[in-house]
Amino acid sequence: MTFHPEQRLARLLRLLPPAPRGWVEAAQELPLARRGLDRIVARAEADERFRAALVADLEATLALEGVEPDATTLEAVRRRLALP
Amino acid sequence: MEQSDAELVARARAGEDEAWREIVERYSRYVYAIAQSFRFGREDVEDVFQDVFARVYEHLATLRDDDALRPWLAALTRRVAIDRLRRGGREIPSEELEHEVVDDRIEELDEAFAVHEALRTLPEHCREILDRFFARDESYRDIGDALDLPSGTIASRISRCLGRLRDVLGEETPGDDRQEKR
Repeated sequence: MTFHPEQRLARLLRLLPPAPRGWVEAAQELPLARRGLDRIVARAEADERFRAALVADLEATLALEGVEPDATTLEAVRRRLALP
Repeated sequence: MEQSDAELVARARAGEDEAWREIVERYSRYVYAIAQSFRFGREDVEDVFQDVFARVYEHLATLRDDDALRPWLAALTRRVAIDRLRRGGREIPSEELEHEVVDDRIEELDEAFAVHEALRTLPEHCREILDRFFARDESYRDIGDALDLPSGTIASRISRCLGRLRDVLGEETPGDDRQEKR
């Protein structure tokens, strides 16, 4: 059994400070973001003009559609739609 | 009753957002601490943190052993962080050093994670005061203000709660003559 004097416990407690709340909430909202992404991908596959708008300016088009164009989202859309 | 990782993973995979939220809540500190150990700036740490959870969410269906979530998160965080270092053109120590240092760190964080899990089983007043003092690095004054406690009683409460935490972990300190147990 590992021996934990209280100083050791205190040190271990200090090793895991909370991540910034906003980061945690953003990660927790991934399912919502991904559903928005699914909608974008489906529309791009059905609507050539919309796909062209994504190719021309991905960030702005996503923002117009209410999807936060963060780096992870941009990469996911590019990958799923095989965008340049 | 708290759900196991396997139960949460199964529920999240089935599309239950609440289970995913709990996974993130449970492991956010762990991923954050591993990312921080690479000595990135705040923006890089945030990118690693978000990237790790995005990949986990995306590949949840491919996890072979639902109880292996923590080692998967550790390995993934480490890989994402190292990729980021390489992309940034930063010098990385030799492979051997890189593995040894990071492995040691993750081993220690695994132990810290077990302690935090034990902390979650303590009564609310103990969880709160230990987390504020040690993990959040709050002063006696701030803790006293937040919990409406005289600051003179905080040290003794911390000591009592640390003792309870130690008891939960099943350890004994030789020569311990602590009498007070609530």
